[in-house]
Amino acid sequence: MTLAHLDLAVLAALHDIMGEDYPMLVRTYLEDSQARLTRLLEAQDPKTLRDSAHSFKGSSSNMGAAGLARLCCELEHLPLAAPQAEVCALREQINSEFIQVRAAFLTVLATDAL
Amino acid sequence: MLGHSPSISVLIADDNMTDRMLLSSIVRRQGHHVLQAGNGEEAVKVFEQMRPHIVLLDVMMPVMDGFEAARRIKALAGEALVPVIFLTSMSEDEALVRCLEAGGDDFLPKPYNQIILAAKIHAMERMRRLQATVLKQRDELARHHGHLLNEQRVAKAVFDQVAHSGCLGAHNIRYLQSPYALFNGDLLLATSAPGGDLHILLGDFTGHGLPAAVGAMPLADVFYGMTAKGYGLAETLREMNAKLKRILPPDMFCCAALISVSVNRRVVEVWNGGMPDGYLLRQSGERLPIPSRALPLGILSPERFEPTTQFYSVEEGDRIFLLSDGVIETTNHDETLFGVERLEAVLDRNQDRDRLFEDIREALQGFHGESRDDVSMVQVKVVDTASLPPVALALDRGQPTPTDWSVNFEFRAQTLKRYNPLPFLLQLLQEVQGLKAQSGDLYTVLTELYSNALEHGVLALDSSLKRDAAGFAQYYQWREERLRQLEEGYVKVGLTVQPEGRSGGRLVITVEDSGAGFDVASTLARVNEGVAYSGRGMKLVKALSHGVSWSDDGRSARVEFAWGAEA
Repeated sequence: MTLAHLDLAVLAALHDIMGEDYPMLVRTYLEDSQARLTRLLEAQDPKTLRDSAHSFKGSSSNMGAAGLARLCCELEHLPLAAPQAEVCALREQINSEFIQVRAAFLTVLATDAL
Repeated sequence: MLGHSPSISVLIADDNMTDRMLLSSIVRRQGHHVLQAGNGEEAVKVFEQMRPHIVLLDVMMPVMDGFEAARRIKALAGEALVPVIFLTSMSEDEALVRCLEAGGDDFLPKPYNQIILAAKIHAMERMRRLQATVLKQRDELARHHGHLLNEQRVAKAVFDQVAHSGCLGAHNIRYLQSPYALFNGDLLLATSAPGGDLHILLGDFTGHGLPAAVGAMPLADVFYGMTAKGYGLAETLREMNAKLKRILPPDMFCCAALISVSVNRRVVEVWNGGMPDGYLLRQSGERLPIPSRALPLGILSPERFEPTTQFYSVEEGDRIFLLSDGVIETTNHDETLFGVERLEAVLDRNQDRDRLFEDIREALQGFHGESRDDVSMVQVKVVDTASLPPVALALDRGQPTPTDWSVNFEFRAQTLKRYNPLPFLLQLLQEVQGLKAQSGDLYTVLTELYSNALEHGVLALDSSLKRDAAGFAQYYQWREERLRQLEEGYVKVGLTVQPEGRSGGRLVITVEDSGAGFDVASTLARVNEGVAYSGRGMKLVKALSHGVSWSDDGRSARVEFAWGAEA
């Protein structure tokens, strides 16, 4: 069964690569992302917004959070003239999606520990 | 399974801890050593200290971005190749172009694919090692080249000593030669024979570099040695050919043009084996070609090498011009050759022979030819021997010397055909210390008497034939023919040396031939009146010796030389 917000195949590959450091990788990602998300939500100028979205996209795609990565990509490529409403909407979606992703990861960690 | 790269050190620079951690694990798993940096500035610092083999750079980093870091790392690397792979989740072509412009060698997109990364690291490492090999070999080549240049410098210095023992500096010789012509195989030598004849050799060895230069030294040795002993062109050519045939590898040889200018006899003797046409430029403006009629030196075995020379009559002021093929083979941008026609046009246009080299150089420049350093030219002007510097004399080394002796030779038909006894006779006379100062005159007189005995006596050639150019050619043609067909006849040479006083002495030379003789009295009368070419030899012999007389109807000549206490 595929967890909606995480690509299990990617996770398996990560597990394979990291070996016993796998939990540390996940924890690092979750901590890192929290800070990145905050920067993204609070960004005032378009450049900071784009750069944060770009960076979040990168690590999320590496970690198998495809949906999250796609949303970040959308935000990164929003035209400058886009209405503020659209920007806010996307930011909201990213926020929600991350909450899901984090929950999924915590589940994965818990089951692994067993 | 991908080919396994040898273990290298990889620098991974990414401000995103997650990505950095993941990538480091991937690279470590592939067996490599990992260095990490969190931004561009850190990356440059780590590179400078640790000098990793490959650098993986994230593009967007704080403090200093990937592009700037890449530029600085490439600059630090210098000649060595440090592959830079950009980590990027950018997909726009424009962004990727920027990566390449910043000096990046490749990109790795996110999400990371470890198989693709392994392939890229493998490929980059191959390139890096290739570059390192190229640099190492380049440095080795440069070292070897330096050694070679040095060896050539030394070889040239040695050769210059050999070459400059000649008389290229004589005032009636003008020449043009690149200082490094030797290494193109170009050789130019000049020296005087004992009788005052001037011998000049212009040679062109096959090949380039030291192999071309190395044959020049033994050749020069033979040329100087034999000329100094009084040998003629034919004997010198035989010896040079034999020597080169013996010492050079089979595919090497030497094209050469050899001339002997005899002012006394107003004759130029030439031999051209493989060089471009030389030219006899007469005062009248007439231009006679001296073409190659023989194979170059070092090709034919001694048994098959038979040098045939040509004779031309010359007057004071005539010039002989020789050149190497560098002039004719000069090409311009269209790959057209300067060629013989253009050269001959310059020769015809040229008014002042002293400006001939300049005219040719101007013509070559106007032709937009690429200048070459194998252009060698030499020009000899026929001048009065009296105006030439005297030949260097051998010093008295205090050796024992024969002061009282005599010897008689009879050279018969078979010997006359093939053998020139003059160098040997001169060597004999050189043993007498008192005669050394007069070597030149001795040789001239001996040559004159012997030639008269052989040509007018034994071969019965009429010297008045040599009055004009056509007769001149005819004379030498008959000389060759009759000598070849000679079955009977002789030339006898007698030498008597007697002491006089405490350290003086007297030499008597007698030369007798088996010919019909001539009317001595009337010939002498013609000579005293200053008429007729045929008498010139007699006048000369009279002038150079202590006394001359003829007997036996002209078949026998007797000449005296003397030296006093001061010798």
